[in-house]
Amino acid sequence: MKDHAFIELRGVSKSYGRGEATIRALDQVDLSISAGEFVAIMGPSGSGKSTAMNIIGGLDIPSSGDYLVQGIATATFTRAQLTLLRRHMLGFVFQGFNLLSRTSAVENVELPLVYRGVPARERRLLAQRALEQVGLKGRERHTTQELSGGQQQRVAIARAIVTDPAVLLADEPTGNLDTTTSREIMDLISQLNRERGITVIMVTHEEDIAAYGKRLLRFVDGRLASDEIQAREAGDVLRDR
Amino acid sequence: MFFETVKLAWRAISRNLLRSFLTVLGVVIGVAAVIAMVTVGNGTTAQVQAELSRLGTNTLFVRPGQWGPGRAGTEAKRFEYGDIAAIRDQVSGLRAVAPVNRGSATVIAGGENRTSSVIGTTNDYLIGQDWDLASGRSFLPGEERGQAACIIGETVRRELFGAVDPVGQPIRVSNIACPIVGLLEAKGQSGMGDDQDDTVIMPLKLHQRRIGGTTTISSIILSAQDGVSTAKVQSDVESLLRERRRIGIGREDDFAVADMSQMAAAMTGTTTLLTGLLGAVAAVSLLVGGIGIMNIMLVSVTERTREIGIRLAIGALEKQVLTQFLVEAVMLSVFGGVAGILTGLALAYGVVGLLNVPFVTSPTIILVAFAFSAAIGVVFGYFPARRAAQMSPIDALRHE
Repeated sequence: MKDHAFIELRGVSKSYGRGEATIRALDQVDLSISAGEFVAIMGPSGSGKSTAMNIIGGLDIPSSGDYLVQGIATATFTRAQLTLLRRHMLGFVFQGFNLLSRTSAVENVELPLVYRGVPARERRLLAQRALEQVGLKGRERHTTQELSGGQQQRVAIARAIVTDPAVLLADEPTGNLDTTTSREIMDLISQLNRERGITVIMVTHEEDIAAYGKRLLRFVDGRLASDEIQAREAGDVLRDR
Repeated sequence: MFFETVKLAWRAISRNLLRSFLTVLGVVIGVAAVIAMVTVGNGTTAQVQAELSRLGTNTLFVRPGQWGPGRAGTEAKRFEYGDIAAIRDQVSGLRAVAPVNRGSATVIAGGENRTSSVIGTTNDYLIGQDWDLASGRSFLPGEERGQAACIIGETVRRELFGAVDPVGQPIRVSNIACPIVGLLEAKGQSGMGDDQDDTVIMPLKLHQRRIGGTTTISSIILSAQDGVSTAKVQSDVESLLRERRRIGIGREDDFAVADMSQMAAAMTGTTTLLTGLLGAVAAVSLLVGGIGIMNIMLVSVTERTREIGIRLAIGALEKQVLTQFLVEAVMLSVFGGVAGILTGLALAYGVVGLLNVPFVTSPTIILVAFAFSAAIGVVFGYFPARRAAQMSPIDALRHE
């Protein structure tokens, strides 16, 4: 696996709409991300950063070009295969938390395990452990509505990591949070990247949040405008440009 | 996994309990209608059959016109005394040949009066019907020739005489003064639900002259001797009557001779028609109920677009989401079905009590109703469930 980039986009373009109304969200993007990286993606709205995230997350498919995971092209993947990719490789954290309402924290965290067919008892145990990791021990029974924004995002992170994914995809994870809480959440994400070696790909539009990433990608008009290593210790990161 | 799905479905349903209840109301009403109908129908049929078998299998009914709904023999020629005599003389193996004219009249005794059924016949009627007397006697020959004499049923006795022994008392039937010579044994309700004991029996001649205003006979009840084939008697009577009524070869009978099983078939025939009609009404109601479920499932899918997006994003397969919503729809309709079955049985229980027929539940129809309601869930839940399953996760997550 060392030979391959962990995640790779090869000449990926994505357009929406038809004819005159066509919007080119991504234009010939080449990108390669290795295992264990912490990549921050920035760019103005409409720059294609979210589209890139969606393609990496298997939620969207490129109009042209190749998206490869561990060297395997996903172009021929069916919807079900993309789902299985998400299920087994990826964890998602969203700006709006996207927890199930009126459902307890622990049940939210269990959800991905339910679809994996993990037995109830084991599921509960794993979910409790994940909640403990994000610092929510003792709040397992709280429903979404009973938790603060920061706590909800912690539940979402626990839900993303409970399946032990290779990649954590975070789309504006602090977008709905205040500065202090944002910092706590980012510390948590950094910690997961550092201690568990989870590859983190994060979209943000805040410079100070992006600074948590070891590598910073900037998108402009659907193109990758810059790609730089931010931290000195990130020597193992390959620069592909 | 399946248990999870059921739990989830139950949670979704119980969150909107009132809405769920209103949604399934159509199914409840449809199923309840079917169950109630069939149960009451079964009870009536059982009652009719019990009644007919009690009357015996060796009884034949003869009437003008053909059997069947709407074919009462009003235009066909009625019978004459000669027909009775001819049957008695020429058809062998008969135990009783009873001409029967029916009517109803006001019956007065003492200060009391009531409207009862009045039958004009001969002693053969009591023999053919195996109807014994509780007290008194049957008609004397002079009475059979037209002298006033009456035999009354138990209900008439109870209503008009109370504790007094009626035999020997005078009674007025319409405007005929008629001494009571006998009291019939209680017989109870007939298969058609009317009270057979609310009857006054008088000699046919008297009935013809004073009540019917006629000299003809409207029906004949024959009773075959034990061991005699009713089919043989039936064909003998038919050919005799064809001859007497001068019906040419190739022309249809203008009278009918039927035994108990044919009578039963005629009666159940009407019941079947009724059941069919009500069944159609129930089917429409179930269809409407199904559409109601589909409608609310579509609303539910739209409302939960975001939830669906979350599930798809974190690794739910299309078929898992499809199953979730399908199970929800089936659970709704099955709840409706079960509620309908219970309501229907309760309803039938009440109606059966009023009609005084036995409560006969049919496991088959209950199973069918259950399966049918589940099928409604599958059929009408599939489209909304598929819509949920085929959502794009990105769009679903963006949905506000």
